[in-house]
Amino acid sequence: MKKRKRLYILGDAAGLLAAAVFFIVPFAFMLINALKERREANLLNISLPDSVHFENFLQVFQANNYQIITAFKNSGMIVIGSVLILIIVGSMGGYVIQRRKDRTMGVCNALIMTGLMVPAAILPTIWVLQRIHLYKTLTGMILIEAALHIPFTVMLYRGFMGSIPVELEEAGYIDGCSGWKIFTKIIFPLLKPVTSTVIILNAVTIFNDFTNPLYFLPGAENATVQLTLYNFMGQYASSYNLLFADVILITVPMLILFIFFNKRIVDGMVAGAVKG
Amino acid sequence: MNRKKIYSNWFMVPAMAVFTIFFLLPMVISLFFSLTVWDFHSFTFCGFDNFKTFFSDSSLYSSIKNTMIYAVLTCVLKLFLAFFLAVFLTSKIKTKNFLRSVVFFPNLISTVAVGITFCALMHPSKGLINHVIELFGGNGMDWLGNTHTALYAVILTDVWKGVGVATVIFIAGMQSIDKTFYEAASIDGANAWQSLKAITVPLSRPAMNSVIILSFIGGLRTFELIWAMTGGGPGYATEVMASTVYKQYAAGYYGLSTAGNVIMFILIAILAFPLQKFLLSKEVD
Repeated sequence: MKKRKRLYILGDAAGLLAAAVFFIVPFAFMLINALKERREANLLNISLPDSVHFENFLQVFQANNYQIITAFKNSGMIVIGSVLILIIVGSMGGYVIQRRKDRTMGVCNALIMTGLMVPAAILPTIWVLQRIHLYKTLTGMILIEAALHIPFTVMLYRGFMGSIPVELEEAGYIDGCSGWKIFTKIIFPLLKPVTSTVIILNAVTIFNDFTNPLYFLPGAENATVQLTLYNFMGQYASSYNLLFADVILITVPMLILFIFFNKRIVDGMVAGAVKG
Repeated sequence: MNRKKIYSNWFMVPAMAVFTIFFLLPMVISLFFSLTVWDFHSFTFCGFDNFKTFFSDSSLYSSIKNTMIYAVLTCVLKLFLAFFLAVFLTSKIKTKNFLRSVVFFPNLISTVAVGITFCALMHPSKGLINHVIELFGGNGMDWLGNTHTALYAVILTDVWKGVGVATVIFIAGMQSIDKTFYEAASIDGANAWQSLKAITVPLSRPAMNSVIILSFIGGLRTFELIWAMTGGGPGYATEVMASTVYKQYAAGYYGLSTAGNVIMFILIAILAFPLQKFLLSKEVD
């Protein structure tokens, strides 16, 4: 038994060492270089900064006429708008798909689930957006993000509905509730746990999305956070301190989210992966 | 109670409307526009010319090959690494919760940020990775600038970022395995390796299938990391399907770009769907 215990301690030590080398070092590297002076940061090493330069962050904010503030505003609006849509349409969709196992719902379910595998058809989507005059608008971007995340959201809601007993709806029906009332007054409040998973996971992926804004939301005034970071890469190729300050600015919100919602995020991802 | 009335079709309408207009409809339209030379205002029909170009032009064709290498390698590496990480992180070590979080966190950072960081770490003369290699007496190399290594450097970065999800899926699968199996095995005198092979591997099959499918499809669709790290270069060494779609679009060849998109659909349809069917059929017995 004693030998076993020693083995586990050895495991702990090896694990921590490996984690430090492979995972902590890259993050430390970002943070350290974000705080350095330009010339020192361009050496790209991981020694502690000679002097700490918090003004790097200020410079990142001021760059390109405060573009990053616009970018955070745009990204924020896209995230809030699309997550709201996803909660509404996803909960209603997942609800009926789980409750009604007939042909119509089978077809809807099959169609929606293709979206988990198949990528978006990009240029035709731009064509559609142009026809309805939503290309290069936040509204268009919000609707695209919503459409692309409907499959995952519906799947999470459908999975969770399985744990809610049908008797609740029957009771509501006997008491004279309409179908709409049953959903809004009885079911939707019960979906709260999965709704919070939906909010966090979709918010993170949509905030981190780079490809779709690149295609569907071009233009400086429409920049999102990820696009500014990408443009920064070209513009500040020789000022790694500013580049990493921007990286840190974008990473810290995720870190805070993760510290608070660790379990919810991990469980949500696992549920999504296994049921898909 | 009247099911059709309570669970009205109307509940499904909003989701289907958004999904159809912005996903399904463009997908169907793409089949048509892939057969044309078009801009957003007009088109000329050109038959299968776009597809022919795709398979005859070596730079475009190599993007299909690179996509396959990328998808298969990221999938295999994530599968093996995540499996052993999960075995390690479900054992009785004390720091497992902390280590799980550490392994998982890269998944939440933006791909562009990861790309920037690893570009710096892989810098040919100043990069930390080369310094470490030189410290051990090896020769550093230009990871992203060499046509032979660039694709693999990006693949390794992808594995670094994505192994966490695969690991938590495996952990969830392994935690649902009944502990009595292991007790029975150890009473029968099985060693750790034997019970791993005879109990853990077969019983985490569903998790394994999810990991394979997810990372394989993710690999086929990859774009952001390639774009942030190499932009498809040097030459065409890291060009994948999705980056070709973007480049042809940026160059104004909309028909070719749409055809690339359709080839992605076909690749996923002929590879991922049968793969999933095959894996699920194995799961039953």
